[in-house]
Amino acid sequence: MVVGKAVQRVDGVAKVTGKARYTDDFTMPGMRVAKYLRSTISHGRVTFIDTSQAKALPGVDGVFTFQDVPKRIYATAGHPFSLDPHHMDVADRYLLTDHVRYMGDEIAIVVAVNDLVATKALSLIDVEYESYQPLVEVSDILSKDAVEIHKGSGNIVKSHSFVAGGDLDAVKEECDRLIKGRYKTQIVQHCHLENHTAYAYMDDLDRIVIVSSTQIPHIARRIVGEALEMDVGFIRVIKPAIGGGFGNKQDVILEPMVAFLTKKLDGIPVRLKLDREEGMIGTRVRHPFDVKVQVGLDREGTVKLIDFDALSITGAYASHGHSIVSAGAAKTHYMYPRAVYSCKTKTIYSNIPAAGAMRAYGSPQMTFAIECAMEEAARSFGMDSVEFRLKNGARAGDKSQITKKPIMTCGLLDSIYKGKELINWDKKRAAWSAEQTGQVRNGLGVAIFSYGSGTYPVCVEPASARLILNQDGSAHLQVGATEIGQGSDTALAQMAAETLGFTFEKIHVVSAQDTDVTPFDTGSYASRQTYVTGQAVMRTAEQLKTKILAHASVITGLDSELITIVGDDIVIAEDPKIAVLSVRDVAIDAYYNKERGGQITAEATYKVRNNPHVFGCTFVDITVDIPLCRVKINEIYNVHDSGIIINPVTAEGQVHGGMAMGIGAALFEELMVDPDSGKIYNNNLLDYKVPTIMDIPDLGAAFIETNEPTHPYGSKSLGEPPIISQAPAIRNAILDATGVAINELPMSPKTIFKYFKNAGLI
Amino acid sequence: MIRTISSTVNSKPVTWRIDVRMSLAEVLRTNGFTSVKEGCGVGECGACAVLIDDVTVDSCLFLAIWADGCNIRTAEGESRGGELSEVQQAYLDSGAVQCGFCTPGLVMSSTEFVEKHRGEKVSREKIRKEHAGHICRCTGYEGIIRAVEQCMKPYEKHKSTDS
Repeated sequence: MVVGKAVQRVDGVAKVTGKARYTDDFTMPGMRVAKYLRSTISHGRVTFIDTSQAKALPGVDGVFTFQDVPKRIYATAGHPFSLDPHHMDVADRYLLTDHVRYMGDEIAIVVAVNDLVATKALSLIDVEYESYQPLVEVSDILSKDAVEIHKGSGNIVKSHSFVAGGDLDAVKEECDRLIKGRYKTQIVQHCHLENHTAYAYMDDLDRIVIVSSTQIPHIARRIVGEALEMDVGFIRVIKPAIGGGFGNKQDVILEPMVAFLTKKLDGIPVRLKLDREEGMIGTRVRHPFDVKVQVGLDREGTVKLIDFDALSITGAYASHGHSIVSAGAAKTHYMYPRAVYSCKTKTIYSNIPAAGAMRAYGSPQMTFAIECAMEEAARSFGMDSVEFRLKNGARAGDKSQITKKPIMTCGLLDSIYKGKELINWDKKRAAWSAEQTGQVRNGLGVAIFSYGSGTYPVCVEPASARLILNQDGSAHLQVGATEIGQGSDTALAQMAAETLGFTFEKIHVVSAQDTDVTPFDTGSYASRQTYVTGQAVMRTAEQLKTKILAHASVITGLDSELITIVGDDIVIAEDPKIAVLSVRDVAIDAYYNKERGGQITAEATYKVRNNPHVFGCTFVDITVDIPLCRVKINEIYNVHDSGIIINPVTAEGQVHGGMAMGIGAALFEELMVDPDSGKIYNNNLLDYKVPTIMDIPDLGAAFIETNEPTHPYGSKSLGEPPIISQAPAIRNAILDATGVAINELPMSPKTIFKYFKNAGLI
Repeated sequence: MIRTISSTVNSKPVTWRIDVRMSLAEVLRTNGFTSVKEGCGVGECGACAVLIDDVTVDSCLFLAIWADGCNIRTAEGESRGGELSEVQQAYLDSGAVQCGFCTPGLVMSSTEFVEKHRGEKVSREKIRKEHAGHICRCTGYEGIIRAVEQCMKPYEKHKSTDS
């Protein structure tokens, strides 16, 4: 068995030796650099711009402003194309704009021989603005007199509501108790180590080649086509190794611009690379949410309804804004699926950096709200937090209120039992007094989560793979799915080897995607690749195996039903110890026999039409230092039901990484906005508190392996879920320790101080 | 202004004519040592860390002219003849590698740590303190700490059950 084994990741050696090549590690003779001129106000219009001095500077190849770009509005969100006009992404961007919507908006761009000349040229551009009031506070944004950030929008990207599972008012009537809460989450930034970067050149007079650090090369190709009004056949997108994305590269940010620039400049290679400070405002951030929740319960403490009213701020441009809050609501309803679920959501524009996709796509925000409210509910009944979740949490066989389909596999309750045991819940509960009085107090917290495996049925889920048998009996695996650090190349190679019967070493994954040759797949997002692409890989491997055995049958005269592949050999199926010839022999014959055979290849494309949910929980043991308003994590565990685990080492790594990101968002991270000007105060890695190794405690991960019947290897998603439940678990632990409910993030000393002071603790 | 510097990179002598304004990171990358990554350019993230005379330095903050006469080590030089260094192998065994962008810099800090403390029994806290100059957004650092522990274990002189 290769599936389930901790094989070494296929890109591992390249990465530890520094040989892995990322976008900036490729260069071409004569490559130019491009730099944006970014607005110095957050809301207004450019009334005058003079680029003549910049254009005259020696070493400058071109200066382009909003006047020079196509009058073509396009959408940047990295979703698959939708045939449903009501489901199209929001088109609200031009390549450059005179209508400034956030501080740092792109109004012009310079192309020059090097960074120094480009920077000098930017300083020579004269700009004058007409300023409008920066719309940062919700009351200003939604006031009747507010200037529209996007014409005709009323500053609302989308409002959406649904009720699933019954009549809300009727159920509300029946409820014995109604718990109400309001919870706010902050702006978080992805902070992938590799900044956004891309370059482009033309290989003839028509075709544009783009090399980019993207999670979604095939989608990027389509969106470049839309932005430049070009057919996609003339656009080629190559994705080399990528230094993290976390959703920020599931958006098409630089690719249309580099394509535009090289086209304008007769195809010379042009690189556009954002520095960290630019990237933290000029790409995407996580949407801040303001969520009002009502949880209705009967007298036994059974959850009967969950009712949300959620406001999400998408910033200057829609990006994924129209879908994130709804996706967060839909994916989290699986946590307590026996309750009526009602959701009103509104996403609004604002003069701050644009929010987009970020790991778990609205679920961390929604889960913070739900799991805080559930904690209040449990405590209002005097119920143990764990018992409450065991009583109300999802079980296999429950039906989704939204899709009406049953949940086939659900390891939620087992995850909770496991987490409870790992953290020693009962023993600590018994040992700690219920009413602590000291300045340093202990707390235990728990929160659960649910998440999807892909985007079906909201979006199409296409995946494709190709396998080519080499002369040496190995096979090359090509996928359109992108390795972005999560280990998908390794997991997909394991599944290919498993289906074929090959040893793992005989699968060579072509890691870079190139839309000219790579089979179609929409890419890395929604934790979809192991589940969705895995099914295309399995089908491709089955085909290749059939073809190899058919040719082996021609060579040996044995019926292909009687033989199979084990390791490097074709063997008798009933007695695998008997090898009849090697896979290499089959390949050599197929390639070179004058009378028969040919190259043995297989290709399959498959659209998944299932979306099994994953479940799990975070358990945390903390110490709260009341005078210092600080939280110290003593122990923290994440337990996941992600189906059968394909690779235990890479899976554990996903969980650890997600937990650290979740802890960062819970305790430290916040992109801070000046409400008067819309300026971001801390767009750098010093002032924005990404956790360092000193800030993250020892991390514990465990898995409850259910066997998901809709996947050939029983697997479900794992990429995003590890980030979801840390903040509510820590918040509930602070409540446990101090009796104070912190209802906004991050729970940094600044926030905690406010709450402790109000509670009279300090 | 152009100056000539002579250094050793991964045991090989080099002589480079460089613009005095260039950082060591820029010069190394231009000369093919692309394991040196730029994550911030201002010494916040550690992705460009190299060893200069066996001490970890953020090469983005280090002028290339200061490296004249120095012995520079990068991640490329840590594997020899197809063999990974023990730190590199430990990173793979422990799941310390994901996107790989912070990895070469971290490998160099771990290399310095392992060489400096060989034989000592070190705590996780000490490992943390001496890797604090790096940001990794993928791994949560747990795999990195385990990798360093894996390198230290065989040489520990004062073994105890407390790990």
